[in-house]
Parts: sequence; structure tokens; C-alpha cells
Amino acid sequence: MTATTTPPATPPATPPATVPALDVDPFSHETLEDPLPMQEALREAGPVVHLPRYDLFAVARYAEVRAALVDWQRFPSSAGVGMSNFRHEEPWRPPSLLLEADPPHHDAPRAVLSAILGPRALRRLTDRWFADAEDLVAGLLDGAGATVELDGMTALAEAFPLRVFPDAVGLPPEGREHLLPYGDHAFNAFGPSNDLVAKGAPRVGELSAWVASQCAREVLTDDGFGAAIWAASDRGDITPAQAPLIVRSLLTAGVDTTVHGLGAVLHGLATHPEAWATLRARPERARVAFDEAVRWQSPVQTFFRTADVDVPIGGTVVPADRKILMFLGAANRDPRHWADPDRFDLDRDPSGHVGYGMGLHQCVGQHVARLEGAALLTALARRVERLEPAAAPVRHHNNTMRAFASLPLRLHLDGVTGPSPGRGRGGRRGR
Amino acid sequence: MESVDRLVVQEKTGAAEGVVALTLARPGGGRLPDWAPGAHVDLTLASGATRQYSLCGDRWDAHRYRVAVLRELDGRGGSAFVHDELAVGDTVGFGGPRNHFALVPSTRYLFVAGGIGITPLLPMVHQADLVGADWALLYGGRSRATMAFADELARHGDRVTVHPQDEGGLLPLASFLAGAGDDTVVYCCGPAPLLAAIEDATAHRPPHLLRTERFVAAELGAPVRDEPFVLELARTGATVTVGPELSVLEAARRAGATALSSCEQGTCGTCETPVLAGVPDHRDSILADHERAAGDCLFPCVSRSCTDRLVLDL
Repeated sequence: MTATTTPPATPPATPPATVPALDVDPFSHETLEDPLPMQEALREAGPVVHLPRYDLFAVARYAEVRAALVDWQRFPSSAGVGMSNFRHEEPWRPPSLLLEADPPHHDAPRAVLSAILGPRALRRLTDRWFADAEDLVAGLLDGAGATVELDGMTALAEAFPLRVFPDAVGLPPEGREHLLPYGDHAFNAFGPSNDLVAKGAPRVGELSAWVASQCAREVLTDDGFGAAIWAASDRGDITPAQAPLIVRSLLTAGVDTTVHGLGAVLHGLATHPEAWATLRARPERARVAFDEAVRWQSPVQTFFRTADVDVPIGGTVVPADRKILMFLGAANRDPRHWADPDRFDLDRDPSGHVGYGMGLHQCVGQHVARLEGAALLTALARRVERLEPAAAPVRHHNNTMRAFASLPLRLHLDGVTGPSPGRGRGGRRGR
Repeated sequence: MESVDRLVVQEKTGAAEGVVALTLARPGGGRLPDWAPGAHVDLTLASGATRQYSLCGDRWDAHRYRVAVLRELDGRGGSAFVHDELAVGDTVGFGGPRNHFALVPSTRYLFVAGGIGITPLLPMVHQADLVGADWALLYGGRSRATMAFADELARHGDRVTVHPQDEGGLLPLASFLAGAGDDTVVYCCGPAPLLAAIEDATAHRPPHLLRTERFVAAELGAPVRDEPFVLELARTGATVTVGPELSVLEAARRAGATALSSCEQGTCGTCETPVLAGVPDHRDSILADHERAAGDCLFPCVSRSCTDRLVLDL
């Protein structure tokens, strides 16, 4: 993935004796299949833990993860938010102007994108996305009988974002199948140079070239997020050189994350019938359900920062220029912060979870993700009386994301609240 | 949880004749919301008047804000209070920060400050310097003694021209702007006559290459209240009294509402809630002035009520 261009300025210091060491591999297939035992071990080992396998510092408790996330002054992102230290290693692609940048360079791209993806800007999409979700669900359920079995990943969690998000960005129809593999590789590349990165390497050139080609003004429609980014460049709020890289951020971070967020909430609802009943009774809780799933599964499991100076944290010091690995997923299940953290619970208030990060770099697309989640869950809750696993789900391993390859679901359709016969395309009941 | 809508005065020092600089911090010493050059905070002083002050400190210091306050000549209201009565250890109401005057990326900047208009430009010139941009500052004032922060600017050498009116007359805008090409963004903050002059002087250039902020002496919006108010949750009809120690968000939760939030400092936008009745006292970093004036939504993690009853769609 990366080529070492300069050796580290100083040899790795021996970690302070006060830092417990834990010989775990967060990026092994065993851990990626089920990271929860390792997360618990990390949390219980101490507020800061040294991982000798990668000579890394790690935080897994809520308080320390949150503190590291918001402290952009001492834990900057411009040295990379993966394992690679850009101060010593060449990044695999031109660094992101958002994720891999610090103030002041981060300011203008963030301000522009925050406005374009903010809640008030999304209001114009709300009705359309809710209708699109109803349409997608109708296409799956109409005339299908009293029960429907489907793969929740391909039929719902992937299908819905791929239906609405590229249109909202303004991408042309051709080539959208590249989005998921590109995102999958980008999120693998934050980890070590392991087999998952090697698996994606043969297509990196092709996928990166396609993504780059989609960021040009003339490729994008004139009414989407992409056009709004270019309009900001016309106003001088960002430079013309920044615009395509900001569009690239949407394409990299805007699809896989939401897909696996939706997978998480579908898995939670299928395995917790009482939660589905709550959602059916109170569909306005769809947004809370989505965030509870982001807390519970944490689709983005980890990010790195780099200590800019010797940073005191958790009773020890992370030395300057050293990487610190923040376990967002572990923080979101820290019993020091959450009651009964392993439980997916729609009566919980998940506010304050760090599944989208926190602080200056907090997910700029979080309102988009919540809107997609609310639209899809609302459409499903209108038609589906009960939701259950049809078979065991299959995990998809990624160095950064907690993901599913497949999520077999059985949907028991509602006989009462479907659309009336003869009205629109939803005329036939599912029984 | 620490109160998010008040700041304590840590230091108060004279910055020039008629100008005091305040260092402000969380009462419990926690991190303050992030900001960028050009940002201002809303401070609510005794009497309930809210005034806007540009942040002019160091954004790498996450625990302290610095603002500078000019004593206005008409002598009433906020500025006189800050100069004559506000003391170290006192607290002030706080909203924001908000930024309508952001520093856009460029390789060349020309900065023009008039009087207390230096405050938003001070962090801008530090930042322009940091990113290696080519820049110059023309700083005018009535007299040298009234011009704050000239000492801090001295380290930038001949990039900075300090031009007191009693020594050199009006600012030489034409010659200062003469070399501005299409790669140069001009930033200006000061009194209305200076802004009018700079708009004239740059009228031939693309409009987005001039960015201005007027120093506003007027007090803004409805008076803010410290007294408790009644929060009504429209969906359940529940009511709860919100005293100064409680956020609207926390009060709504105690009354049984589900209100998803995230940052709880008025930055991320997650807790946006429609306002059905009452006048919100906005303290967030998100809404533009016209969105604030509409009064139809608020961020309950930080914002409050100007009226004795506030009805939210919760």
C-alpha cells in the first residue's frame, strides 16, 4: 500500500512502563469476525494500551476516545487517520482535504460541505427520499406473498443508498458499481498492509481513475451536491483545485458507511422483535433507531490520529509523532458510559455516541445518513409486521468497517396498513 | 454537566485607549467550541443585551477565547458595562461561535482594518502567515494610542502598515490596493465609511474577491432573559420549567421527550427542533442571521427562550 520514503525521525521510544501492553491484532480475520472480546480486553487493560504487534498506542474507553477525537490541536489528522504516518510514508492517494487535513487547510472545505449536507439543505430531498424508499420497498414486497425472504444487504442496505445518494451527488448512471469496491478499499487502506489491502490492490488504479473522473464539473449534473461544491468554488469559498477532491470525499465516505449503517440497523431490528414492535408503533423513532444501530455496531470501528507533541492522556503520555488508534466501536460499548451497552435498545438515548466521530472531523454526512436510515425504516415499518433472520448473517471483513456480506431476512407482511388496492403501483397486497 | 451557555472572565486588560481585552473560559475549565478566523461570539451582558464580538485569540488554545471591546462614544449599554463594571470572575451569557467572515483559501491577501475592526483580522493575518500566503495589512485608527494590538502585529515587520489618522490622514486605499490581481482576496473590517470606501475602490473587481464585515454597534435581537421559562412539548402536552441551570434539551428529556443529539455545543446540528410558539434565544454556531430571525427552529442543546413560554415540536 505504501512505500517508506523517509525513515522515522526517531526510533520508536520504549512505551512508558505505566502503559499496559496487549498482544492483540485488531486487523486479523478472527478479530474482524467478532471484535467484541478484543474490545473488552482493551477497555479493561487500561485507559491507554500499547499494542506491541504494531507498536501503537490505543484507546478504547469512551472518555479517552472522545477526548482524543476532539483534540485536533494535539492529535492532528494531516499525518493520516490510518496506520500509515504521512510524515514518513507516502499516502496511497492524494490526501483528503477533509479527513486527512487540519486547520487552517481544513476550514474552507469543511465549511462548504457542512452547508451543502446540513439539515436545512437536505429538506428539499426529504420527500423524494421517503418516496424513493416506499418505491424500493414496494418493488420488493408487492405481490410477493405473505412472507418475503431477501438478502437485507443487497436488496435494502446497498440498494437504497445506491439508488438515492449518487443521484443526489449528481453522478451519471454509468459506472456506479465502482462506488462500493472503491470505498471498501479506501477503508481497508486505513489499516495495516495486510491481505485485505492486497486483495483490493489490483483494482486501485482503475477504481481511483473512475472516481477521479466523476469529480469533474462537466460530468456532474447541475443540481446535486457536486454542483454545489463547484458553485462554492465559483464564489471563491474554495479553490477550483479543491473542488474535485471535495467531491471525491463524498464518493469515498458517503456510500459504504451508510450501507453498513443500514445493515446494522436491519440486523438489530431483525434480532430484537421488541425493537421492531416499538418502531412500528412509533415510526418517528426511526432516526433514533438508526443512531442506536450506529452506536451498537459502529460501522466505522476505528480511526487513527498522530500525536503532535507529547500528549498526556489516561495517566500516561503518548509521545510526539506516534500513532494512536481510537476504537470508536469499543467506546460505544463502554460500560463506564453506557448502561447495558451490548443491548440494541430503541428506548435508549444513544446521543453522544462516537460512531460518527466527534469534534471538528465528525462525519459531515451524518445528516444524510440519518435521513437515508429514517426513509428506509419508515417505508419498511409501514409494510412489514415482523422481521426476523432467515439464516445466520455473514460478516464482510474490512480493516476499518464492521460490515455484513449478507444478511438473510424474512419479512412478514402487514395485511392492514399497506397501500389501498388500485392506488398507484402498490395496488396488490402481499397476501 | 458543565453549563454550556456561560463563560467566566479570566482576565481583563487594557489593549489601547478605550479598548479592553477579555479572556474568557468555561466556568469549569473545559474545552470551548472550535472556531476559525472571522468568527464572533454572542455575549449577553447584564441588562440582557446581546452583543457580538470577534474572536481575536489563538484557536490552538482550546480553553480560552479572547475578545476586545471598544468603549462606544454614546456610552450606554454593553460597552460601558464591560469597561466599567465587568470584573474578573464574573460570568457572561454566551452563544456561538458563528462565522460570516471566513478566511477563504488564497495565495494572496490584502487586509484593511479600521479601529476595533482589527479584531477579526488579527487571527486572519496570523493564519495567512502560517500557510505561507503573501499578505499585507493596512491598519487605520484615530490615533496610535487608540489602536489595539499594534504591538502584536509588529513582529510581521513591513507586511503591516499602521496608519493613525492624526498622523497620516485617511487610509491610502488606492495605493494599498493597486497591486491586487485576480489572485488577491481583500478583507476589510471597520466602520461604515471605510467599508463604503473600499467597495468603491474595488468596484471593478469580481465581487467575491472582497470580503467585508461591518463593525456593528447596535444591540441585537430580543432581550435575553435569565429568569426561568416554561417549555411545552407539543406532542405530549408535557410542560417543564427551565431554570438557568438546565438546558432546553435536558429539560425536554426530563419531561419524557426523545431528542437525539450529538455534540451538545450547538455545532453539529443533530438536535434541530421546530419551534411552534415563543421566541428562541439562539446560541448555536449553525444558523445564519436570517434563519435565526425566522425563529422557526432551534438547537435545544444550547439555545433558550426569550419569551416566558416556548413550545417545541417534541
